[in-house]
Amino acid sequence: MSTKWIAAVRDRWFAVSVSITAGLAIAGAVVGFAWLPFEQPGQQFHGVWDAICSAAGLIRILPGHEQVIQADYPITQFEVTSRVLRRASADSIGRGATLALRCTMCHGARGLSQANTPNLAGQYPVTIYKELLDFKTGARASAVMAPLVADLNDTDMRDLAAYYAYLPRESADHVGGNEPPRIVSNGAPMRSIAPCGACHGELASKVGAAWLEGQPVVYLRAQLAAFASGVRRNDINEQMRNVARGMTPEEIDAASRFYAGQP
Amino acid sequence: MLNSRRLILAHFWFAFAGFGAALLLGEWQMFIRSPLHAWIGDPELYYRSVTAHGTTMAYVMPTLVAMGFGYFVTEASLKRPLIGLHWAWAGLALVFVGTITAIVPVALGLDTVLYTFYPPMIGNPFYYIGVVLVVVGSWIWVALMSVNLYHWKRQNPGAPVPFPMFATVAGSYLWGWTAVGAALELLFQIIPVALGLSSTIDAGLARVFFSWTLHAIVYFWLIPTYIAYYTIVPRAIGGRLFSDQMGRISFILFLVVAMPIGVHHLFADPEVGSGFKFLHSVFTALVTLPTLLTVFTICASVEIAGRLRGGKGVLGWLVVLPWRNPVMLGAAFSFIMLGFGGAGGLINMSYQLDSTIHNTQWITGHFHLIFGGAIVIMYFVIAYDVWPHLTGRALECVRLMRVQLWTWFVGMIVLTFPWHYVGVLGMPRRMAFYDYSDPVIAEQAASVAMSVIGGAILVVSGALFLLVLARGQAGVRVEPGAYRFSVAAHPPRSLPAALNGFGLWLGLMIGLTIVNYGFPIVHLLATPGTAVPAVMNRAAP
Repeated sequence: MSTKWIAAVRDRWFAVSVSITAGLAIAGAVVGFAWLPFEQPGQQFHGVWDAICSAAGLIRILPGHEQVIQADYPITQFEVTSRVLRRASADSIGRGATLALRCTMCHGARGLSQANTPNLAGQYPVTIYKELLDFKTGARASAVMAPLVADLNDTDMRDLAAYYAYLPRESADHVGGNEPPRIVSNGAPMRSIAPCGACHGELASKVGAAWLEGQPVVYLRAQLAAFASGVRRNDINEQMRNVARGMTPEEIDAASRFYAGQP
Repeated sequence: MLNSRRLILAHFWFAFAGFGAALLLGEWQMFIRSPLHAWIGDPELYYRSVTAHGTTMAYVMPTLVAMGFGYFVTEASLKRPLIGLHWAWAGLALVFVGTITAIVPVALGLDTVLYTFYPPMIGNPFYYIGVVLVVVGSWIWVALMSVNLYHWKRQNPGAPVPFPMFATVAGSYLWGWTAVGAALELLFQIIPVALGLSSTIDAGLARVFFSWTLHAIVYFWLIPTYIAYYTIVPRAIGGRLFSDQMGRISFILFLVVAMPIGVHHLFADPEVGSGFKFLHSVFTALVTLPTLLTVFTICASVEIAGRLRGGKGVLGWLVVLPWRNPVMLGAAFSFIMLGFGGAGGLINMSYQLDSTIHNTQWITGHFHLIFGGAIVIMYFVIAYDVWPHLTGRALECVRLMRVQLWTWFVGMIVLTFPWHYVGVLGMPRRMAFYDYSDPVIAEQAASVAMSVIGGAILVVSGALFLLVLARGQAGVRVEPGAYRFSVAAHPPRSLPAALNGFGLWLGLMIGLTIVNYGFPIVHLLATPGTAVPAVMNRAAP
């Protein structure tokens, strides 16, 4: 076997093909890593090695440049994934029910509001937890909610989320089954607005997007206006601010009315 | 000598049945996002259809054609029964089970992630598991090709491996290695998230793994077509293959340089460095070499046939070619589409030019022209050529075959040329609806409508193809005799070891993969904080 290998390596085909391949790879690498980076306008390299590192895709921090630009306002610190706050225990729901007594004045005895505040019954637990957290850190501003969440600890907020998620969605006073307006079903492709229904229900739902159906129309409209003006900014990737900024007042009204009218 | 007719027929029928269904989905997609139809209310339906169309056309159909044709070539060229017939049936069964496992959740709307997966979007795990089963089934074929070649070489020491078998084994090795990228992505990244074992995914790394598969898979689709150019066309038109060795070098070049080039799909991705993008661009340019060699060899082979038929002068041999022969017609159409598609491909692989058409409808137009056009039309030719040998019945409807090939060619041109054009105008791909009433894109409406007509012609052509094959199953019983491949003008009596085996070339293929992919993969694996939350794809509650 070894003699066969030696014969194969000594073969002219071996020498020629390996040389050509290696030569091409080396020539390509020299051009791509050491020459072309310097041809890019506006690049500041400290020597060839720096250029090679840049072309290799290494993350480099240039002197005087911050690697990450920090927002100058409080931002959401909570990472929403599909796995957080799943399967709450009965104890957690029970504790949440007790804590929720202080919320009943605005959000109703069983999480159903008569006061144009959000209906919390049946809302995704992730949504409730994230909003409580954002009120507490100041990522979402509210003169009403801020003092109410100030003394809640992390377990309290998880319990409240579990309790409201556990409550049944009831909306007997709503008439559903309306045809969605175009902004909900199709968005506005030319303005890069995705359909509301692609994340918030109707077509599909995405992790982290709130359950909107049956929410008060006044509340939905106010939130879209707050996103559009930048007053509300706890959507960490600006996805809602970008969408709301591009929406017309008619579209905001139509989307709010549609979701408010859904069961 | 064909012993495994039922096995090969089963592969072809399964492939073409899936092709027929996916073709209808494709035309439906063209129609509903065109100005001829109002916006569909639910874009998820569109993505459901695109996922099923892409999965069937990209994974299931060409894999089955390559497998079935590979078994055919093994028996017909080595002139001995296939070793491992039971394993071959097991491979087919895996592909079948995998296809059903994948398509059911797609049909239910649980996996509208498109056939290229697009993490961090994550759907129902059964879709991914189904795709893995399809790949594992095809790996059985890869192993069987290797085993059959090994046994033949042991019994015929030093003899030149029949060229059709050499090319088939080259294609199987290319697939065996290139499928590893997507398999790594599915097994170690996507499926754990889909099963709920993890909630975050390194989407950049996943895209790098997928690019490992994504480009060379095109050459895997292409290889049966190239085998047909070399081993069917010259014989069918009464000529000789110009050079056996040149053919071997073409397939060897595909094996070596088709693999380390996939990053040209990631030119717009920030996670890969520009140096690697350039390096992949260089090797992508090298893939034109085996194609240009093939174009030269096949044109020369066809010229031999033309001159043998009495053609004179510089172009006189073209006139006397048997243009009414479906194989001649199909090969000519295939070459024309390969020419246009290849020219478009040169734009896609150029780092700067790509930025003008990246993620536009140009790309979809391009791969439909190359794959659906140049490649698939030769799948039809292969089927027509081998069908009597598989069924033992005459395939007499030659006129219908010609109509079918003409309609496929015309349909594909009418489909893809406007498609390229709207891409240049900036029409994005992967969208379920477009507002053609907007003045910005209103002028694209006519071109998109033209593409729908092209698609409709293709549906008719696809139906004719299935009709020809079905009629072949019910034709008059004949004894077609032994199957013959093209004979070279100078058949090789002996060959250098390098042109009769794969050791050196597999070494270069793996070496180049490590050079071109090793650092980006290791770097992404070692960089903390590159994982992002998965976006779970779930139906509306």
